[in-house]
Amino acid sequence: MGAYGRPVAGRDGLAVLDADEIRRALTRIAHEILERTHGGDELVLLGIPTRGVPLARRLAARIGEFEGLEVPCGSLDVTMHRDDLRLRPARALGRTDLPRSGVDGKTVVLVDDVLYSGRTVRAALDALTDLGRPRAVQLAVLVDRGHRELPIRADYVGKNLPTSQREVVHVLLAEVDARDTVMISDEGGPS
Amino acid sequence: MKRHLISAADLSRGDALLILDTAEELASLADRPIKKLPTLRGRTVVNLFFEDSTRTRISFEAAAKRLSADVINFSAKGSSVAKGESLKDTALTLEAMGADAVVIRHSASGAAHRLAGWVRGSVVNAGDGTHEHPTQALLDAFTIRRRLRATAGRGSGLDGIRVTIVGDVLHSRVARSNVLLLSILGAEVTLAAPPTLLPLAVDTWPCAVSYDLDTELPKSDVVMMLRVQQERMTAAYFPSVREYSRRYGLDAARMARLPDHAIVMHPGPMNRGVEIAAEVADSARSMIVEQVANGVTTRMAVLYLLLGGTEFPAVAS
Repeated sequence: MGAYGRPVAGRDGLAVLDADEIRRALTRIAHEILERTHGGDELVLLGIPTRGVPLARRLAARIGEFEGLEVPCGSLDVTMHRDDLRLRPARALGRTDLPRSGVDGKTVVLVDDVLYSGRTVRAALDALTDLGRPRAVQLAVLVDRGHRELPIRADYVGKNLPTSQREVVHVLLAEVDARDTVMISDEGGPS
Repeated sequence: MKRHLISAADLSRGDALLILDTAEELASLADRPIKKLPTLRGRTVVNLFFEDSTRTRISFEAAAKRLSADVINFSAKGSSVAKGESLKDTALTLEAMGADAVVIRHSASGAAHRLAGWVRGSVVNAGDGTHEHPTQALLDAFTIRRRLRATAGRGSGLDGIRVTIVGDVLHSRVARSNVLLLSILGAEVTLAAPPTLLPLAVDTWPCAVSYDLDTELPKSDVVMMLRVQQERMTAAYFPSVREYSRRYGLDAARMARLPDHAIVMHPGPMNRGVEIAAEVADSARSMIVEQVANGVTTRMAVLYLLLGGTEFPAVAS
């Protein structure tokens, strides 16, 4: 299953990325962001709650280590802009927290854990439009599992993961879930 | 959450915290260049006001508009038809217009509850007689939490906060809703009022009762002054306004007895010089303007949670 060798079967399904692999993927993405933005000039990282936020913080920390600059980092909740709100009961909102410098004229990199239908990213682009006018918007995801329903693609991908639509991809991160791993399982997932 | 918001008692602690947490996230909207969200596009909110109101009606209107809902203001003042009948006729009109939510203020206690049996959409009680005003209680709880529990953040209640509600409890829907909601959230509520202005069954309420304001002030974190509702008073509840003001009015000397962190609240409209002195109303402890601002945010949270998701399954009426 891809460049990282045979997946390991566990209680919760197949582990497709372990903690070291996640770390290496984020390190690579951090370097790619620096390359593509010419050294991180006017860069803002915005994580999409829940797990995009710690990923954005990790990327910011890494870019800080490599280049010695402090990258503004925040979160962007997209709940109020989703197109599937009426399909489920009203859900709790996540936090939108912009860096003080704002997003006007910046290069904003949206950060999320899994890219799937693309609908979350569509909602994020709408939410961002109401907050200001970035010079450019890019997208970084830890896992791209395919099955896009909108013309959206990621600029930075940790791992391309071919999946069937029946399967569920779980990204677990130490900040939220006490450990780092990416799992794939049949419907339902870990209970 | 239930389909309607008729009484503060309809809310569990979890529901109430969900509303407060949602309001907390929506509060940042006021600082943004575009103070609008697309969430309730295509939904219709009807403001049905049978009784005068500035604050509440405007607040609900602003809340619905910031969520992109269509707002229809229905001012039924001056209707000469008998109450029950006219309310039902109005309900049928609203049904025909396809209202997704009806915000109702009425002088009869229980009007919102009756309306909920006649319309398909959600009913939000914006004050029914001397019964309840749940969104006022929610915005008060939100204001208290922001001020006194600023660092605790999401999911925290009002546990251990001592709230004293002062004055015309008998005619106050705000007091009843606040007692219910604040106690659900863990606050310790004391009513301070003359015996004539306390309702008959007040001993069944989840709160303490005192006739002496001065002994309550030093142990209060929050003092909530109620308006003396002279328009609802059909008997002599106290000898004179001046005597009431001497015993139960909050003036600068009384305010000085409060702990340093304590805040003063009033649901408005104020009778300056009766239940609250002008210098208190305009002091730094006064949350009165903040309460109005928080009202919009809290009502946005309520409308979002009632209308933002799937439609509630139809109930046989």
